[in-house]
Amino acid sequence: MSEVLVVVEATREFGVKKVTLELLTLARELGTPAAVVLGGPGAAAALGDKLGEYGAEKIYAAEHEEIDGYLVAPKATVLAELVRRVQPAAVLLAASQEGKEIAARLAVKLDNGVLTDVVGLAADGTATQVAFAGSTIVTSKVTRGLPLVALRPNSVTPSPAAATPTVEQLDVALGGADKLARVVERVAEQKGSRPELTEASVVVSGGRGVGNADNFKLVEELADLLGGAVGASRAAVDSGFYPHQFQVGQTGKTVSPQLYVALGISGAIQHRAGMQTSKTIVAVNKDAEAPIFELADFGVVGDLFKVVPQAAEEIRKRR
Amino acid sequence: MNIVVLVKQVPDSGADRNLRSDDNTVDRGSANNVINEMDEYAIEEALRIKEAHGGEVTVLTMGPEKAAESIRKALSMGPDKAVHVLDDALHGSCAVATSKVLAAALGQLGADLVLCGAESTDGRVQVMPHMLAERLGIAALTGARKLTVDGDNLTVERQTEEGYEVVAAATPAVVSVWDTINEPRYPSFKGIMAAKKKPVQTLSLAELGIGADEVGLAGATSTVLAHSRRPERSGGERFTDDGSGGTRLVEFLATEKFV
Repeated sequence: MSEVLVVVEATREFGVKKVTLELLTLARELGTPAAVVLGGPGAAAALGDKLGEYGAEKIYAAEHEEIDGYLVAPKATVLAELVRRVQPAAVLLAASQEGKEIAARLAVKLDNGVLTDVVGLAADGTATQVAFAGSTIVTSKVTRGLPLVALRPNSVTPSPAAATPTVEQLDVALGGADKLARVVERVAEQKGSRPELTEASVVVSGGRGVGNADNFKLVEELADLLGGAVGASRAAVDSGFYPHQFQVGQTGKTVSPQLYVALGISGAIQHRAGMQTSKTIVAVNKDAEAPIFELADFGVVGDLFKVVPQAAEEIRKRR
Repeated sequence: MNIVVLVKQVPDSGADRNLRSDDNTVDRGSANNVINEMDEYAIEEALRIKEAHGGEVTVLTMGPEKAAESIRKALSMGPDKAVHVLDDALHGSCAVATSKVLAAALGQLGADLVLCGAESTDGRVQVMPHMLAERLGIAALTGARKLTVDGDNLTVERQTEEGYEVVAAATPAVVSVWDTINEPRYPSFKGIMAAKKKPVQTLSLAELGIGADEVGLAGATSTVLAHSRRPERSGGERFTDDGSGGTRLVEFLATEKFV
């Protein structure tokens, strides 16, 4: 069986990202999963066990300071070289900013079609995508080249299937065009122990109704009790209640968790665009006419400052 | 500095949007068509750079005849001129082909700095800056929340999942911006009047040296096989708080095994 290349995403703190495990799970349906680690020196060693646990038969490791030192172009160059050599059945990436950007460059280098924000992929390469704020389902296919697909996090349930991967080091030969966008500084901001927003299986978001930045503690408390990430609507972000990186919606992140809790969010289409495909939606809002209730599997019409503390208390009681 | 801003006309994201039933492309007839919201931030950033450093701002759009309305709207904010890549053969072009067309136009314009929105509200694909950079052999600095221009040197601050990054490149370069970068100005009456007289050059595929078979549905690298409306979510149980709303909420979460 042909190899299916999975481009690995990992963080220093938590290791291999969940979406990569989803990609490996998906890759097993399409061929022989081969993980591609593109990073600085020593990047692959820490990730090997986890990648093997989810079925990677092979790990291609491209480790070089210059891969980390410049934005995506070096990664795309190394990957394109690998694709030309091994002729994989498909190339799978995460539909993260970086994943899409690598895919973009790869598509041009190989003159190959690309599909992004895919939520399902069949063995014949037919992909499912959701468009227009989650209102439309599209099936699509790459018609030139191999399936080059960026998968939206939380689309596949990762399942382990142990393999013992062999590791192959890749040569990193970069040209001048790969080294134009230099990373000057990377600043890690404290985000505590909460899961990453797009990967979280539970997201608790606050909107304008939360009232001020201080009150977001209430949103954070409920998120922590449910083991979830915190999100915010555009209205809340624009009002300065919560940082932009946590914005869910049209001009922010798209999330698709098992559970989405909307607190004080009216549910404007711009917000729905980012959360409509969540499995279960729960809302608390004092306005009974708020459009969020049209989506909610369970809604409480009431004052979130009464409902949320009571819910938090009830969760603690049940532990 | 010669700045080109990419502007895309999209169906209004606040309206009901659809794909066409005949060829699965975006239905531009059913919804109101507007400038992609994020592009307004790119226009604003271009104008601020021009105001500080001098130069010229050109709007570049690829789209059907109707897109001319969005070009005038963009010009009313203050750019000097516009180029409209207009050709019937472009209908249904995929991202890869679109990047080929825009790169050819940018090549003719000789831009020092290409600015665009981080994504469009219709496709939300986010691939164009890197596709263009790859084709033109120039840098791409994407997702800027802050852009500093110092002579030929560009510095961008961009948000990442773990914090933020500072990235730098020399011009020429493509920079995409998020809506956190600035607050776009509203066109003034004077600006609207002036926009009517600003030059808009139309470019055909032939003028760009691209064959009709390289673009459009015929030249697409991917195809939409089918589309359907996602079943509308129907609202479930709604409970008006009588003092037990929080408890009821947790009871629901417990039946769904979240607690």
